[in-house]
Amino acid sequence: MNNNVIIIGGGPCGLEASAQLHQMGYNVILVEREPQLGGHLAKWDRLFPEGIKAKEVLDQLIANINGVKYFLNTEVKSINQLDKEYNVILSNGITILATAVLMASGFDLFPAEKKEEYGYGIYDKVITNADLENYFNTGKDRRITAAPKRIGFVHCVGSRDEKAGNRYCSKVCCATAVKQACEAKEAFPDAEVFCFYMDLRMFGRGYEDLYLRAQKEYGVRFIRGRVSEVAEDINSQLIVKAEDTLSGKPIKVTLDLLVLMAGMTNCQAGVKVANMLSLKKDDDGFFTCKDSILHLQQSDKKGIFYAGACTGPKTLPDTLHEARAAAIAIHNYFKERK
Amino acid sequence: MIYEGKQKIWSDYQKDIPDDHYFYVRSCIRQSFFPASEQTFLDITRNRLHKDFFESEHHTTCGGIAYHSDAIPQETAMTIIARQFALMHKYGYENYVCSCITSFGLYTETLETWREFPELEARIKEKLWESCKLEFAKPKYLAHASDIIYKFRNQIAQQAKFKLINKKTGEPLRVVEHIGCHYAKMFPSKGFGGAEYPYVLAGMIEAWGGEVIDYPERRHCCGFGFRQYLVQSNRGYSLSNTHKKFESMEPYKPDMIITNCPGCPYFLDRWQYVISEMEGKTYGKDGHGIPVFTYEEVAGLVLGYDPWDLGLQVHQVSVEPLLDKMGIPYDPSKKYKGINGKDLGRPELPTCACL
Repeated sequence: MNNNVIIIGGGPCGLEASAQLHQMGYNVILVEREPQLGGHLAKWDRLFPEGIKAKEVLDQLIANINGVKYFLNTEVKSINQLDKEYNVILSNGITILATAVLMASGFDLFPAEKKEEYGYGIYDKVITNADLENYFNTGKDRRITAAPKRIGFVHCVGSRDEKAGNRYCSKVCCATAVKQACEAKEAFPDAEVFCFYMDLRMFGRGYEDLYLRAQKEYGVRFIRGRVSEVAEDINSQLIVKAEDTLSGKPIKVTLDLLVLMAGMTNCQAGVKVANMLSLKKDDDGFFTCKDSILHLQQSDKKGIFYAGACTGPKTLPDTLHEARAAAIAIHNYFKERK
Repeated sequence: MIYEGKQKIWSDYQKDIPDDHYFYVRSCIRQSFFPASEQTFLDITRNRLHKDFFESEHHTTCGGIAYHSDAIPQETAMTIIARQFALMHKYGYENYVCSCITSFGLYTETLETWREFPELEARIKEKLWESCKLEFAKPKYLAHASDIIYKFRNQIAQQAKFKLINKKTGEPLRVVEHIGCHYAKMFPSKGFGGAEYPYVLAGMIEAWGGEVIDYPERRHCCGFGFRQYLVQSNRGYSLSNTHKKFESMEPYKPDMIITNCPGCPYFLDRWQYVISEMEGKTYGKDGHGIPVFTYEEVAGLVLGYDPWDLGLQVHQVSVEPLLDKMGIPYDPSKKYKGINGKDLGRPELPTCACL
């Protein structure tokens, strides 16, 4: 039995699991289809709740994998279960025999253009949470030309939405929206900022404080109700119709920028690999764990493990916890097989 | 506005429509309000496009207005619909095309409900036999009549005598397209272009030389909305809906409005008169209203039909300013002459007619 572990996905989850398994003495091979490591984290600016720079976190995670073999711009071409191992052929022509495979394939952002009524890709001033984060990171976005005076955030875009096919909560969007609303006020102090929410799920430590700070210090206005439609007026300003369920009235707001909080869906590149192994998925499209309490990192196939957002939406700390838990689960798997 | 974004959505909502051989059913409302539109549709499809469109005098209402007003239960409406489909089958047709948007929505809803609940379909089959002794059948293809004109819009453009272009300036006419709510809002995949940015009328406007206006209340109801108008005490809602649309489109200075629903052209046309009487406000140039058309009327104008043969004299808002813009000749003395020169009578002139 070799001590090869192949990790699919070079985001924060794959990086943390690689570092842990490498320290335990396993031969880790990390496969990433993008030209750089870091996944979505590499494109993010700051992290809730304290606003820690994403780059600092990512730099540390990358520093920790010192000695791990990794392949960029590389995909899994085929993966077959042998007697005691998995035969993995990569797109760069390399073949690996691995005793364990960790799926750390993460998530895709819900394609916001699917919520056609919000006008992403139709109206120039409608952007996503990822677009805004990229703007904070680089200071560049052709759609944000002048300082917007009125900015709106729409929570739950593609989450908790039967029409979009996603009944589940994406877990991170509320906190991200509140964080970004505060940052928008910092970037554009004269702007009025509105958050359209169903209910705020500020479940983590420090999240509720962030929500209170957004109201008290930043003056962000929270409107409980869903946006029904977005249109553009003759001055290219956005006309947003919504319902204020607390006052029981329909409202119409004119905005200069609308940010859609696109939720999480299972990463399609990860699903492609999982399909090669006939791994199970739940109704929500995320991979099925062996059970939902004691064996969250195990799949229904021996030697295949899961960590991070491929089994459902997770915050970054939750993802890193799962990466470590998966490393232990893989270590135990090797021990059992000796 | 990013035009390519709309094109992407339009490409996602296309449907294959059979080329020929349709069982055509008229609309209760349109036969009263705009009877020439349906006649024009049949004339264009039969005599200009040389297609087989059959209609039967045995066709009745689909029951849509009564159903949406809660006057009849769903099973009654379904049995009426099953009878229409049975007539189609009896006359040897498989493709069903209806003139009315309410009917199109209800037919779609019924077919989808039968697909979802086969036991209900079986019950309706029995009721159809008990009440009419007709053989149950479902259409192979269901289309709205505007789908047909959309499909053949480029062929119509090839035969066009006039375009949606201001003859004096050479500029495209600025056109508001208003889609009936029941066309795609309930079942987005059943309409060309989907529910949010429908293409069925926009495609005709583009093909015939006009420019589509995208204004904030584009998706808003015309004001009919069944109970808003049918319940007399609610009619203020009907009027305020229409008012909201006109206030929203006004800055774009539209030359005309095209619709594909029975209620929409009626309410967008008639309420302009009421608004002008109540507030002294008109939305077109020089005290005129904005003329409102059915898509068949516009297709007829493009193909060179006589405006009075298209029934444009029964519109509340006068159409002459638009005819002048397009360079379409017309004889004012024949405006109120019916078939065989019969005098149709003249309306009292509303402020927004100005002729």
